[in-house]
Amino acid sequence: MSTDTHAQDTHAQDTHQHVDSVGTYVLVFLGLICLTVITTAVAFVDLGAFSVVAALGIACCKMLLVALFFMHVRHSSKLTRLVVVGGLLWLGILLLLTLGDVMTRGWVGVPGR
Amino acid sequence: MASEAHAHEETLALREQFETASQQKDASTLGMWIFLITEVMFFGGMFLAYTVYRRAYPDIFAIASSSLNVYIGAANTVVLLCSSLTMVLAVRAAQLGQKQMIILFLILTLLLGGVFLGVKAYEWNEKFVEHHIPGTSFHFEGIPAESQGHAQLFFSLYFAMTGLHAFHMIIGAGLLLYLIFEARKGRYTADYNTPVDLIGLYWHFVDVIWIFLFPLLYLIDRHLK
Amino acid sequence: MITAAVTEREHYLNQSYGLKSWLLTKDHKRIGLLYLFTVTLFFFLGGAFATMIRIELLSPTGNFVSSDTYNKLFTMHGVAMIFFFLIPSIPATLGNFFLPMMIGARDLAFPRINLVSWYLLVIGGLFALFAMLAGGVDTGWTFYTPYSTTYSNSWVIATALGIFIAGFSSILTGLNFIVTVHRMRAPGMTWSRMPLFVWSTYATSLIQVLGTPVLAVTIILLFCERVFHIGIFDPALGGDPVLFQHLFWFYSHPAVYIMILPAMGVISEIVSVFSRKAIFGYHFVAYASIAIAVLGFLVWGHHLFVATQSVYAGLVFSFLSYFVAIPSAIKVFNWTATLYKGSISFATPMLYAFGFIGLFTIGGLTGLFLAALGFDVHVTDTYFVVAHFHYIMVGGAIMAYMGGLHYWWPKMTGRMYPEGWAKLSALVVFLGFNLTFFPQFILGYMGMPRRYHVYPDEFQVLHVLSTAGASVLAVGYLMPMIYFVWSLKYGAMAPANPWGASGLEWKTPSPPPLHNFDQMPVVTTEAYDYSSVIGEEIQVG
Repeated sequence: MSTDTHAQDTHAQDTHQHVDSVGTYVLVFLGLICLTVITTAVAFVDLGAFSVVAALGIACCKMLLVALFFMHVRHSSKLTRLVVVGGLLWLGILLLLTLGDVMTRGWVGVPGR
Repeated sequence: MASEAHAHEETLALREQFETASQQKDASTLGMWIFLITEVMFFGGMFLAYTVYRRAYPDIFAIASSSLNVYIGAANTVVLLCSSLTMVLAVRAAQLGQKQMIILFLILTLLLGGVFLGVKAYEWNEKFVEHHIPGTSFHFEGIPAESQGHAQLFFSLYFAMTGLHAFHMIIGAGLLLYLIFEARKGRYTADYNTPVDLIGLYWHFVDVIWIFLFPLLYLIDRHLK
Repeated sequence: MITAAVTEREHYLNQSYGLKSWLLTKDHKRIGLLYLFTVTLFFFLGGAFATMIRIELLSPTGNFVSSDTYNKLFTMHGVAMIFFFLIPSIPATLGNFFLPMMIGARDLAFPRINLVSWYLLVIGGLFALFAMLAGGVDTGWTFYTPYSTTYSNSWVIATALGIFIAGFSSILTGLNFIVTVHRMRAPGMTWSRMPLFVWSTYATSLIQVLGTPVLAVTIILLFCERVFHIGIFDPALGGDPVLFQHLFWFYSHPAVYIMILPAMGVISEIVSVFSRKAIFGYHFVAYASIAIAVLGFLVWGHHLFVATQSVYAGLVFSFLSYFVAIPSAIKVFNWTATLYKGSISFATPMLYAFGFIGLFTIGGLTGLFLAALGFDVHVTDTYFVVAHFHYIMVGGAIMAYMGGLHYWWPKMTGRMYPEGWAKLSALVVFLGFNLTFFPQFILGYMGMPRRYHVYPDEFQVLHVLSTAGASVLAVGYLMPMIYFVWSLKYGAMAPANPWGASGLEWKTPSPPPLHNFDQMPVVTTEAYDYSSVIGEEIQVG
């Protein structure tokens, strides 16, 4: 567990002390626009099952850009990052274990399951 | 003994339960991030329903998805990304204590958010006209009768997810209005700008939700047109 | 003879008076008491429904209430007890009051959000209460579709809204606690020095924050389906009613850990104090709390074993369900090891703790029976399951809650409760509880279905025993109501540390001052270090 002992520990990664440049933000923004154009264009190409992977992959890249730069996660404390990862992991648990049911129905040949 | 443990007078940047302003800012930021995680799980339930039903009815979902205007959807996505840029510039301005810039960027963010909602309202109206609103008068042209229910599932999820998203944007708009009023009073400086920072986080989160909604709802197998 | 007027010391209760000072308070201690009042009301409401259920079950034929009414009784009993009593109980009453004090903080991180949480519980409760009074809801507390969305003619929406609103109360409380523990510990209060009650409450808060939102969105989908007929769960439209069950139980299984983890935290505190010994294996117990919170999210499918969930998913969930018992067992072993060679005293809180350890063990072991997919198929939806969860919730959680109330009563109110009557009630509760619920294991094993009020004649003897037990149990719960209220005016004045406990909350006067500590404490000792309290006045009966 964290070794924080003192409520007054200042966190070196305080966003207050990191002011990113306008240029950084505009670059990230342009990256996001590009990815939007790419994901729209790719949808018109037949990639079979890979379409979903591409769409979600691009969406994840966009999410990372927004989170790391716009939401300052790259300057954030370890705890913040743990919270973000934890939340996404928990969503993963919900999706994975439910899909584990939905996708295996009918596999064993027991009627109705 | 009679006086209580008031280490300091209470100010906005240092409320009485905290020892230092830095502690308060850290606590507030952590609180907002935890709240955003609850929102991830909240939307997550709908993403689960979407995943289950898209897996079950991939062809109908693709056909239904293609009835959405992909160009409007993409344009709206760009609008929202622009609003994220203006929002983070507002936060940056607050970090630097630039009052006029804060107000300018907040207003731009609000306007862009308004454009997004307006376009959404237009899109929803289109769906209404086409009888794609789930319920008793739902009818989707060009698919067999036994698939009407599956198409209705797609649109139920479409309205539920974009509706919930729009609801969050409306709340975000309200928060932005609040920030604009407070900023005009000179409330946000380099020493105290937490509300701008936190509402910025919220706004970006709502944008991230849309970043996933757009491909999932609008871009299902478009090559099959 | 003292003739000079003695001015009463100022503390959080007398520092301000009047309704506004309570309804607009930011003080976590007052908010804890507001919650205490609210959850107690819902406890007795849920108990009233239970009374009617047990009266109906005295005879094998349905003659006290109709089947429809019976459906409403068990539904409303469950809704009131789970969402408006058990989920908030320990965290929002004892947690609110003591978590900040235990870590040396002046208040929670967000006091106004804390007050909003209470209002949300009250508003949600009013919606649910309205539904109950206006005709009731009959879907079962589990609200399974399609009955709840399409066929039920009862007040589903109002109840669901009430639960939805109360859910946000739970989320905000959890959020508040997590931030408080991370950011507001006093100097020297490392994670490893925190009382185990704080660890348990923290773990509970993780569950509240991660699980409750899924319940919220499920209720929204249920609402949309029932009101707008949009068919997310409607098979006629290709929807899957089992999807509702997945979404519902994703929250509702971890919810049971929301109900038991704080109780375990209370037991850790009590067992330590009344054995005069540090908890054996502090780190094991602390990490076990976190493990329960995490593992508890991986097992929800064991509620869907007979619900057309796939066989493979059933296997996976059955397998995972065994693991979640391990950290609970670790805790039981550690409490037992704490007792070994401890200097044990049988004060009322300790009596409740003993009751907890035994009854929770029985409840937990029967949970393992139910985790076995093969066995579960036979006892699902029977009284075996009902007995299992009542052993944990009533024999476990409520016993711990009662123990905690007694343990911390002197600190909260500045008064001692009457020990003799309290010991007697603990005994009455223990006897009443076992008489009520042990027969239900047998009933369930023999095939008595749950949620039925008409049953074969051969089950009647066991049902009569169960109802008799329920009446004894009711007496056991009424007694503390009476003597706690009595003690507010007539109880002996409580010293700062009547039990000789360690822990920062005992270093303040009883009742504590408004901001808890006259000076910010600096912590230099480990948790449960009794060397620092030797010589303090101890009132242990």
